[in-house]
Amino acid sequence: MASHSPLQFKNRLFYALVAAGGLVVLMGLYAAHMMEEHGHIITGMNNQIVWGIPHIFAIFMIVAASGVLNVASIGSVFGKTVYKARAPLASLLSIALLAGGLTVLMLDLGRPDRIIVAATHYNITSVFAWNILLYSGMFAAVAIYLWTMMEQRMNPWSKPVGFVVFVWRFILTTGTGLIFAFLVARQAYGSALLPPMFIVLSFAWGLAVFHVVQSAIYAWNGNTHTPDIVKRMKNLLGIFIIGALYLVAAYHLTNLYFAHQSGFEHFILVDGGIYPQLFWWGYVLLGNLLPLLLIVLPGLGNTKSVITASMLVILGGFALLYVFIIGGQAYPLNIFPGYEAKSSFGDGQIGLYQPSLPEFLLGCGGLGIAFLITTVSVRVLNFIPHDKPYIAGRGTTD
Amino acid sequence: MSDTNVQRRQFLKTSVGAVAVAIAPGMLLFDMAHGKSEAVSSKVRWGMLIDTANCADGCNDCVTACNKENGLSGGLSPTDSQWMRKVELKDMRGGRTLSLPMMCQHCDEPPCVDVCPTGASFKRADGIVLVDKHLCIGCRYCMMACPYKARSFVHEPLHDQKPDVPRGKGTVESCTMCVHRVDKGQQPACAEACPNKSIIFGNLNDPESEISKKIRTVQSTQVRADLGLNTGIRYQGI
Amino acid sequence: MLKLFALLAALCLSASADATESYGMPKLDIGKGGQCVAEPQWMRKNHMKVLFQQRDETVHQGIRDGKYSLKNCIECHASLRDNSVIGRADSFCEGCHRYEAVKIDCFECHSSKRRSALVQKEH
Repeated sequence: MASHSPLQFKNRLFYALVAAGGLVVLMGLYAAHMMEEHGHIITGMNNQIVWGIPHIFAIFMIVAASGVLNVASIGSVFGKTVYKARAPLASLLSIALLAGGLTVLMLDLGRPDRIIVAATHYNITSVFAWNILLYSGMFAAVAIYLWTMMEQRMNPWSKPVGFVVFVWRFILTTGTGLIFAFLVARQAYGSALLPPMFIVLSFAWGLAVFHVVQSAIYAWNGNTHTPDIVKRMKNLLGIFIIGALYLVAAYHLTNLYFAHQSGFEHFILVDGGIYPQLFWWGYVLLGNLLPLLLIVLPGLGNTKSVITASMLVILGGFALLYVFIIGGQAYPLNIFPGYEAKSSFGDGQIGLYQPSLPEFLLGCGGLGIAFLITTVSVRVLNFIPHDKPYIAGRGTTD
Repeated sequence: MSDTNVQRRQFLKTSVGAVAVAIAPGMLLFDMAHGKSEAVSSKVRWGMLIDTANCADGCNDCVTACNKENGLSGGLSPTDSQWMRKVELKDMRGGRTLSLPMMCQHCDEPPCVDVCPTGASFKRADGIVLVDKHLCIGCRYCMMACPYKARSFVHEPLHDQKPDVPRGKGTVESCTMCVHRVDKGQQPACAEACPNKSIIFGNLNDPESEISKKIRTVQSTQVRADLGLNTGIRYQGI
Repeated sequence: MLKLFALLAALCLSASADATESYGMPKLDIGKGGQCVAEPQWMRKNHMKVLFQQRDETVHQGIRDGKYSLKNCIECHASLRDNSVIGRADSFCEGCHRYEAVKIDCFECHSSKRRSALVQKEH
């Protein structure tokens, strides 16, 4: 290796990364093909747990895709220069994550070959159908936004378009929350708190993803953060984490207050086996408290601990979604209030779910797509955030 | 003059009547031979009244008949389709036990229809809730939305389906109220199979139908009536 | 999808009765055969359109007496040997669809067997 020039090394690293990402994507596609061939019998999903691991990956990516745009919005809508320099990268990540998430969602369908039906037959009352519009609109809006930022002649437009994106992503995450909020019959869902909860979660997850990607890009290009910027962005992450934790707590507390839902809360928070474990250890401790400590403890807030905190936030996000999506379905529907129910179709019983390999492969394939889009785009276009020295030096006055 | 006119009118009336009498049976036969050629209308609302007091604990005849009629395997694993199931209930306060069949409740305001992105879940004019499997993309959102857990997803490729009941991998399905039988003027398989005649099938919109008369005289409930879905299936005794 | 149908239609049109032999069009097992609900050449070209239209009317409006029903097709055209319209190179549906390289989606869900034969077997 020593005989190679740094440029050659960078080239090879790029191709190695693309190959690795491509392999992950191929494995995901293979898993989707197997699911198409054999049916969902090869997944762990069943008639009680109808949405599984693929939906966790997909929803994480879609929510993070919306949240990562926060970085761009703070730049364009609120005019913060440090964030403005990062708006192109944030927009790119948003498109990449959205593409990955939607691919997973689409390939998990029972009949992915009929995806065109979703475009030609449109049920106006369906939140799902609204989301199809919101997602395609998001792609278009963010693409135009990128264009206004990267094409000098279009620069004057970047502020209004940035504002449209800002509004659009709020509606989009609201739509994602509504998918669950409209499920009145399920005790885990059907809460008006879900859209705002998803919005604040998106802030935290999006910024965490942004931190990780930005540092990786800097590392591969031999750049480093200026400590000033790290400090500012890590504080923002801390605020988002606290906000998310607050809304998750509010969601569970309101559920506890409704007497008929205390059984469900007891299941999710105390005696539901893997779900309380994942919630307390995975989401609350690893995904929130530890990152907060890493950020605020004196002497710890350096780049490395911020990256660790960001990764933990991402892991915590997956843990929360597992509890929310799988746990929410595992708890039996209360079809006959006041009665104990028993049947051959799982009435009154906790649903069992054992995720299978193809589901994970499909989910990771989605991450792979997001990774590939980002890696290739960063290589061919100028997405790396450039901080002009005088701005960084000016401190926090802007 | 007026006499002739009266006679002529009389003659016309008689001949028209004769022609009508001659043609009518033919028309009737034609109609019968070809089934009904009219679209179903909202003048009819199909429904069922299930008497849980007469529904025997451990009797599974309706479920068996449903499986046979619709070509379901009858398997009970979590990935097998169950359009109809017997639920055993125990009152948490008094300890009273009862048994009843549970299936698609054919709501007037079906949540599955509201959430379906492609319109594959739909309600026929006569109140039967169905899945148009030509449009179903297999997203399973309807299964999330259904308050009765009435729907199943086909997890495996199927073979040897019934000609009257097409079913296929990757789509969602549920009780069709035996729509293929109802359209022929027959009863759903479960209603026919019940040994205690605990399932009355009929037109809820016709005040003279057996089901309407009974609903007027006995106390019946809709499951999860609090959701306001106005179900087509009613239960007696819960 | 539409393009495929257009192609199929064009191919069917271009293949006249004489040309059939020379172009190696498959010899189909037409089952009972007899008087079709429409002129065969027209059916070759249009069967999918009428089937789709009838399908929507049946599923959504409960109109079950249309003459273009899939069950009617199968009743006449299923092979007398195995009572099916698919499964062999000369099966009525599959033979032609293989030749034209058009995927048939119908029989993943619909029975490909003659109904009257199935009913007999049950009794």
